[in-house]
Amino acid sequence: MKKKRVSFRKPLLAVYILSLIFFLQAPAMSLLVSSFSADKYFRFPFEDLTFRWFIEMFQSGGIRHAVANSVMTALVVMIPTTVLGFIGALAFARFKWRGRGVYQKFLLLPIFFPQLVLALAQLLLCNYLKINTSWIVAGISHMVWMLPIVTMVIAIQIYGFDKTMEEAAYDLGASTWQVYKEVTLPVLMLGIVSGALFAFLLSWSDFELSLFLQGTDQMLPVYIYGKMTGGFSPTAPALSATVYILSAAALFIPFWFLTKASN
Amino acid sequence: MKEKNPGLLLALPSIIVLFLCFIVPLLLVVLYSFQQPYSFEISADFSLLNFIDFFGEEYYSSLGWSVLLAFLTTVILFLLCYPCAYGMAKVFPKASIWITLLLVMPIFVTSNIRLFGWTLILLKGGYLSYLTSWIPGMENAEFLYNFPIILMGMVYIYFPFMLFPMELGIFMVDDEAVEAAIDLGASRWQVLKEVELPMASAGIFIGSLLVFVLSLGAMVEAQVLGGSTVVPFADDIHHAFSFQQNWPLGSALAVILLAITLVLIGVVLRYVDLDKLLGSRAKLG
Repeated sequence: MKKKRVSFRKPLLAVYILSLIFFLQAPAMSLLVSSFSADKYFRFPFEDLTFRWFIEMFQSGGIRHAVANSVMTALVVMIPTTVLGFIGALAFARFKWRGRGVYQKFLLLPIFFPQLVLALAQLLLCNYLKINTSWIVAGISHMVWMLPIVTMVIAIQIYGFDKTMEEAAYDLGASTWQVYKEVTLPVLMLGIVSGALFAFLLSWSDFELSLFLQGTDQMLPVYIYGKMTGGFSPTAPALSATVYILSAAALFIPFWFLTKASN
Repeated sequence: MKEKNPGLLLALPSIIVLFLCFIVPLLLVVLYSFQQPYSFEISADFSLLNFIDFFGEEYYSSLGWSVLLAFLTTVILFLLCYPCAYGMAKVFPKASIWITLLLVMPIFVTSNIRLFGWTLILLKGGYLSYLTSWIPGMENAEFLYNFPIILMGMVYIYFPFMLFPMELGIFMVDDEAVEAAIDLGASRWQVLKEVELPMASAGIFIGSLLVFVLSLGAMVEAQVLGGSTVVPFADDIHHAFSFQQNWPLGSALAVILLAITLVLIGVVLRYVDLDKLLGSRAKLG
């Protein structure tokens, strides 16, 4: 009797999960299909199809500028966030020390705070200290918000780390540095790389913090927002679909290699 | 233990960064909230007028809307995510990393872009109205600009924030305890209520807290999908800062939001063992 129920449950759950994936990815399909419409006003089914918006997108100087700003910020922010996240994760998950419980909770706080309030608060501080907003200020605010996420991604990996492997290496006569280089780091690499990847992608896709703190260095999400709201612009779906696909590729391709490498 | 314990030293850089760039700005917001309305500088002239405005100008009604939206979003996501997280953790553990990526990856795409995709589905002449056009009375239907659509948008946006912690929570459910309960004659419902939910509660609490708190401070969903049918509290805060140029009022509203958030975080984190929750996946080996 028990077996029968299990065999019935599996396909049902599979269908349920697949429909959730469909729900979550529906906007991607909508954006992609819409980018080929040649019509002046959006109406499905389309009268004419075109590839024009993609070509215009690559020729636009405004887009190129916004992409450059976003990529530069994301790259610059990724490095300190991953370093801080890695050593912070060691303190979070590996070492037992007084005050660790408080630290764990303190570190989580920025994720739980509305980004809008965080952005406005940092804007007030910049104003108070007479600092001009720019991509650097936006980058720092990205870092504050991402640090807990990156730390936790790496911490999850550290929790799964088998300490006896390190001890075995010590017993074989390895130095502390050798153990870190040969044992600890390679095992934690999956966590570190995914932490860095998340940092890059979260900075690249952030809108609310950038909107208030970017100053004159317009980021791509803010640029797209302007295209979406200032009347219907036919390049908006093409640009959005491209960004969506690029972000997905930037996440899936490294993960595919990572899981292959760790097997 | 072969090495000395460097925990605090390793934690220090993160603590310093968060103190300077997170705590200090929030303290400044608190300071501003006690200034005279419309002042741009901090002075010793403190006032409670901004908080009185919260009641006088009926900002509590938009706070009420936000609380209602946040509550409904959390409940719906709990019901929607539980079977999915359960399936990922217990039924398809091998595929779970790919399912997780497919379901969580939308947070790496700006929410505006995704909501824009939804408006093209839902607007008059969009994909959904094409699909429903054969139904009499549904020709050229528009699905935007109402309360249920805002709610759907929030369920959509905050889905990953419930799913991932919940999945970690379900990893904590001990299969042997479940089987023991079944052997003792427990029904499926009893197993869920008495064994699975309590054991997974840490993940459920964290997921619910995240969703509730984030949707309480949400604004774009109501703007993009809702037109102006509902004005959420975050919109009032934004409005006070930008259009009204009344920083002290905006700060006071933000402080109210932060106070609610802090109380909820304090209550939930007291009951959650973060070590166990984040380590749950690792136990699988």
